[in-house]
Amino acid sequence: MTQSLRIVERVKAFFIEIGDLSYFSFRFFKEVLTRPFEFQELLRQCYLIGNRSILLVGVTGFILGLVFTLQSRPTLMEFGAESWMPSMVGISIVREIGPVITALICAGRIGSGIGAELGSMKVTEQIDAMEVSGTNPFKYLVVTRITATTLMLPLLIIFGDAIALFGSAIIENIKGAVSYQLYFNQVFDAIKFSDIIPATIKSFFFGFVIGLVGCYKGYHCKKGTAGVGEASNSAVVYTSMLLFIIDFIAVFVSDIFFEI
Amino acid sequence: MMKKQIEKSPILELKELQKSFGNNNVLNGFSLQLFEEENLVVMGKSGSGKSVMIKCLVGLIQADKGSIKIKGQDITVLGQNELDLLRTEIGFLFQGSALYDSMTVRENLEFPLRRHKEKLNMKETTEDLIIEALENVGLVDTIDLIPSELSGGMQRRIALARALILKPKIILYDEPTTGLDPITAKEIIELMRSIQKKYGTSSLIITHDVDCARVISNRIILLVDGINYAEGTYQELVQSNDPQVKAFFKH
Repeated sequence: MTQSLRIVERVKAFFIEIGDLSYFSFRFFKEVLTRPFEFQELLRQCYLIGNRSILLVGVTGFILGLVFTLQSRPTLMEFGAESWMPSMVGISIVREIGPVITALICAGRIGSGIGAELGSMKVTEQIDAMEVSGTNPFKYLVVTRITATTLMLPLLIIFGDAIALFGSAIIENIKGAVSYQLYFNQVFDAIKFSDIIPATIKSFFFGFVIGLVGCYKGYHCKKGTAGVGEASNSAVVYTSMLLFIIDFIAVFVSDIFFEI
Repeated sequence: MMKKQIEKSPILELKELQKSFGNNNVLNGFSLQLFEEENLVVMGKSGSGKSVMIKCLVGLIQADKGSIKIKGQDITVLGQNELDLLRTEIGFLFQGSALYDSMTVRENLEFPLRRHKEKLNMKETTEDLIIEALENVGLVDTIDLIPSELSGGMQRRIALARALILKPKIILYDEPTTGLDPITAKEIIELMRSIQKKYGTSSLIITHDVDCARVISNRIILLVDGINYAEGTYQELVQSNDPQVKAFFKH
C-alpha cells in the first residue's frame, strides 16, 4: 500500500470514528430520556466515581495551590504586587487551572477505568449476557456511567478548586503573613459570576466527554484482552484531546458573552 | 421418536439462515427445528459458524437472510420490548460462563429477575428463586462469593443456574464443556440432563465434544460450510460412510 493510500485510509477511519462517536452520543440522549431508568445503578456509579477520585483530586488540588503560589510570589514581589496574589490565584484556579487539571486527572482515573471495565465485559461476553437476560446493556452500563460522570465532575472540580485555594492560602499565610480570613475575603471579592458560570458549565461538558469516550472505547472493544488495554489507553488520549478542544471553545464563547 | 417429533410443531425454528462478515460467508442457508423436550446438538469445526448461529438465534447478531421463529414468533421482526420478553423464555449458557465479575453470585442470579420477575408473574420471592437455582447446581454455599473466587467448573454451574433462574422453556448451550477437565465436563453434562428432566426444557447444544454429543443428544446436526451437512441420531452418524462425517466421529 502506498503512503498516500495509507493516509487516505487513516483519514477515512478518523471520520468513521467521529461518526460512530456522534451516533453513540445521540443514542445516549435518546436512551437517557426513556424508561426504564436505572436509578440504583446511577447512584452506585455516582458514589464510585466520586469516592474513587476524591482523594486524588484533593491531593492534586492541594499541591497545585501550593506550587502555583510559590512560583508566582517572586514575580509578583518584583513588581510589589504580592497583595494581588489571592485574586490572581483565585481567578486562575476557578476559571481555568482547577477545571482543566481536575478533568485531566479524572480522564486518567475515571475514563480509563470505564474503558477497561466495559472493554473487559465486552470481550468476556458479559455485555451479551446482559442483553440476553432482557436488560438493555446500553442503558444499564453506558447511560448510567455518562450521567454519573456528567453530574460528579462539577462537584469534584469545586472540591479541587477549594482545596487548591486552601493550599495557596497556607503559603500566603506562612510566607506573606496574610491571615486566612483576609486571603479568602480577597479571593471572593475578585471572583465574579462571569468567572463561575462558564467554569461550571464547561465542567459538565468535561464530565460528559470523560464518560462518553470511556464508554465508547470500552463498548466497542475488540481483539481480546489486548483490546482492553487499547480501549483504556485510547480513552485517556482521546478524552484529553477533547478536553482541550472543549476548553478552547468554552473560553471563546465566554469571551463573547462575558467579555472576559 | 423422529416421527413423533415431526408431528409436533417446533418450539424453535431456523429457516435458510445466512450470515456473512465481509467476504466470509459463515452461514449459507442453515436450517434447524428444535422440538419440545428435545436435546438437539449442533456440531462443527471451530470457526464453522456455530456460535454465530446461536447468537443470531437470540438477536445478538443480525442475520442477513432467513427466518428465526421462537414459539411461533419471528424474532427478526420483533421490537426491542417484545424481544426482551421473548428472551425470558430462553436461557443462554455462554462458552466462557460470562458471569458479571463485579457482582457476587447472588447478584448475578438476581440480575435477570430485576426486570422480569413481575412480568412473568413469579410467585416465589427472589431469595427463594436464587436458592432453588443454586440447589439445582449444588452450589448454595457460594452465594456470597464473587466469580473470581470460583473454579472454572463452578463458574459454569453458576452460569447455568443464572440461565435457569427465569425457568425458561429453551436452553441454549454454547460449548458447555469447553475448557473443563473430563470429570468436570461429565458433571456438567449430568447436570444438563437432570435439569432437562426436572423442568422439561428443550436444549440446543453447540459443541465439538463428541462425548458430550453422544451422552446428551436426541439428534445431531453437522454444520459444515454453513449448511446442514448431515443430520441424524448419534448412532446413525457414527455409522455414516461420508468422509467428513467420519472425520468427526472417529476416536
